[in-house]
Amino acid sequence: MTNKSNAINLEFNVMKDDFSRAGEASSKIKKILTQLGIVSSVTRRVAIATYEAEMNIAIHSLGGKIEVTINPNEIIIIAVDNGPGIEDVKLAMQEGYSTATNKIRELGFGAGMGLPNMKKCSDEFDIVSKKGKGTKVFMRISLDSKPV
Amino acid sequence: MKLATVKEILNAEVVTGEQYLNNEVKSAFGCDLMSDVLAFIKEETVLLTGLANPQVIRTAEMIDVYAIVFVRGKRPSRQIVEMAEQRNITLMTTDYILYTACGKLYEKGLRGVNVKGDVVDD
Ligand SMILES: Nc1ncnc2c1ncn2[C@@H]1O[C@H](COP(=O)(O)OP(=O)(O)OP(=O)(O)O)[C@@H](O)[C@H]1O
Ligand SMILES: [Mg+2]
Repeated sequence: MTNKSNAINLEFNVMKDDFSRAGEASSKIKKILTQLGIVSSVTRRVAIATYEAEMNIAIHSLGGKIEVTINPNEIIIIAVDNGPGIEDVKLAMQEGYSTATNKIRELGFGAGMGLPNMKKCSDEFDIVSKKGKGTKVFMRISLDSKPV
Repeated sequence: MKLATVKEILNAEVVTGEQYLNNEVKSAFGCDLMSDVLAFIKEETVLLTGLANPQVIRTAEMIDVYAIVFVRGKRPSRQIVEMAEQRNITLMTTDYILYTACGKLYEKGLRGVNVKGDVVDD
């Protein structure tokens, strides 16, 4: 955890297929926000957004990381992974679209709601993906945003 | 509805969190899809699910769900029970299937979580 000019930066690695630990980063992020006294409706948004992002990295990618920057007026979340990237981002953003395997579905994932949930929780949302390269999701949540 | 009442109605066994049975929930949600759990639960809600894996506990933690009922006699592993203990979450298990468990709670006045398009009758 580093602290430069009133901003707090957190960074967590997320491993591929590590389902007993997947979610730990989001859990730590949520604890820190609670300790910092961030209003609970904002903490809720961040918790959902980071957890969905973390599960997507664990389930769909080769591994990656989640970076969270807590500024005085907003929280920035960047989830970036090392591939394989998403062929059709527009399709991936649709509610209900999922490529999750049966094994993943048995764990309770694969509703195709993760990316739409992340977008709903964000005041600003952006996703860029390159096949063979990786995926980067950017989310900004303002500290005065309304409950979702 | 008090968790103690939920336990009674479902003839459930409390796996952990006996000390929180006086806590109240406003609604219930029965689901095996974690993204839907995250999207729909917005208040004090008991989650009924047929899934017993660590992700259920983590999902609950994200949205401050403190009561989970496993249906169809599903028993959580030691690891899951420990995770729940650390997060002050009450776990119960009932032999009823999801449909019957939800029906029994609804019949006794515990409503489902509100969703868009719901007829609000309370
Ligand atoms: N980081 C990623 N790398 C590669 N593909 C991804 C990544 N994130 C999402 N996808 C693709 O986009 C699809 C939709 O993602 P989304 O999170 O909305 O749903 P899901 O993960 O399949 O199911 P849910 O999130 O509801 O459990 C995924 O099925 C997958 O094909
Ligand atoms: Mg997902």
